[in-house]
Amino acid sequence: MIKPKVAFCWEASCGGCEEAVLDLNEDILKVIEAVDIVFWPIALDFKYADIENMNDNEIDVSFISGAIRLNEQEETVRLLRKKSKLIIAFGSCAHLGGIPALANFWDRESILKKVYREAPSVINPEGKEPQVKTKTASGELELPEFYDTVKALNQVIDVDYYLPGCPPSPDLIMQTITAILENNLPPKGSVIGPAKTLCENCSRKDSKPDIMTLKEIKRPHEVIIDPEKCFLAQGLICLGPATRSGCGERCIKANMPCRGCFGPTDNVIDQGSKFLSALASIVDFNDEEEIKKVVDSVADMTGTFYRFTLASSLIKRKRRLK
Amino acid sequence: MNNFEPRIVAFLCSWCSYAGADKAGSSRKTYPQNINIIRVMCSGRVDPQFVLEAFKEGADGVLILGCHPGDCHYKEGNYNILRRYHFLKKVLMELGIEEGRFKLDWVSSTEDDKFVTIVSEMVKNVKSLGPLRNEALI
Ligand code: SF4
Ligand code: SF4
Ligand code: FES
Repeated sequence: MIKPKVAFCWEASCGGCEEAVLDLNEDILKVIEAVDIVFWPIALDFKYADIENMNDNEIDVSFISGAIRLNEQEETVRLLRKKSKLIIAFGSCAHLGGIPALANFWDRESILKKVYREAPSVINPEGKEPQVKTKTASGELELPEFYDTVKALNQVIDVDYYLPGCPPSPDLIMQTITAILENNLPPKGSVIGPAKTLCENCSRKDSKPDIMTLKEIKRPHEVIIDPEKCFLAQGLICLGPATRSGCGERCIKANMPCRGCFGPTDNVIDQGSKFLSALASIVDFNDEEEIKKVVDSVADMTGTFYRFTLASSLIKRKRRLK
Repeated sequence: MNNFEPRIVAFLCSWCSYAGADKAGSSRKTYPQNINIIRVMCSGRVDPQFVLEAFKEGADGVLILGCHPGDCHYKEGNYNILRRYHFLKKVLMELGIEEGRFKLDWVSSTEDDKFVTIVSEMVKNVKSLGPLRNEALI
């Protein structure tokens, strides 16, 4: 049997997704036995030219992690798209923009200024910033272009499947690889994972009162967290009602509320506003002033509700006021 | 000098506010044509995704009108939208969409004048804010 050709590639991400592949432990040996890895820059020595020299659609599956924020990343994923039969967006950043897309609260100019000139640890009296092209005595040097707006993978290329999570859980990764090997994949465009919300599978769901109400929103560092009670019922923001299940309730088991990394369930476009609706509906006030007090108490509301999904939300980024 | 004509999407509850708008029409009151009315069964039916979608599709402002507190035909709908509205307004402001572009108010079926005032003021405010133009959406 000819082994399927597989590529792994990481774009704007922390590397945790690649780590998650290694976290398959012994299972990774089964994977390596079953597939032919043709490209994996983090682990094995390949060059872009190796991909360029391939025929179109020669790679069976490319797993791409990370969001897109540099033109180099855009070029790489376009090349992989051309050479691959299937593209799988691997992890929250490729799937939804993820944490890197929180940069969409700023833009290229303000980020470079902060990082290269204003950060307290920076000494840069000449105010130098990275340039796409720099002339030196030995010729012109080039750096990738840094975009204003971070994008999810499907905002740049056509994506066949999505593996959610920051990072995807080992179970889901194996489930996907097995489905590929057995030619048993769901319809194109599917997010691989249960269609239910995290709350529906949560071990704490029975501790929810019949009618959930909330008069005050607290932050995890402000309280001693009850290890058994539903976080929302404790007044802590938990994105469970608006998040796809399938992670194995990793955070819940570690006594931390869900931050939403698995993204929305099917048919929901905007996870943040879905959570907003769920939260607003349990606030136990009808009086406008009391409502405003609760709203004001939520620090960094948009960053919290859209922690992993700003790039793929309906509004996508902070508006530039020019 | 400002000949910008804003586009405003207005979600009106069928029982009170739509009836109020209807009354304004049938009593031949004039109000700016900038509003595109969407009739909903109750202001509580307005999902925040509708509001975001309207902004995404090019609205310069979004207005929600419902029955006065206590008068909602489904009892709680307008309190629900009141809570959602304040959360959503904060999110919009954090995304650089000014307060004046998103309004919630109450209009009963007899308040045709109030309807005209709210719409006229909103159009005036959004006019002075200028076009929304969120280039990331293009
Ligand atoms: S809100 Fe959080 S803690 Fe409560 S049931 Fe849902 S996922 Fe579990
Ligand atoms: S509990 Fe929420 S944030 Fe934590 S891994 Fe699961 S989906 Fe992600
Ligand atoms: S029916 Fe009018 S606001 Fe609910």
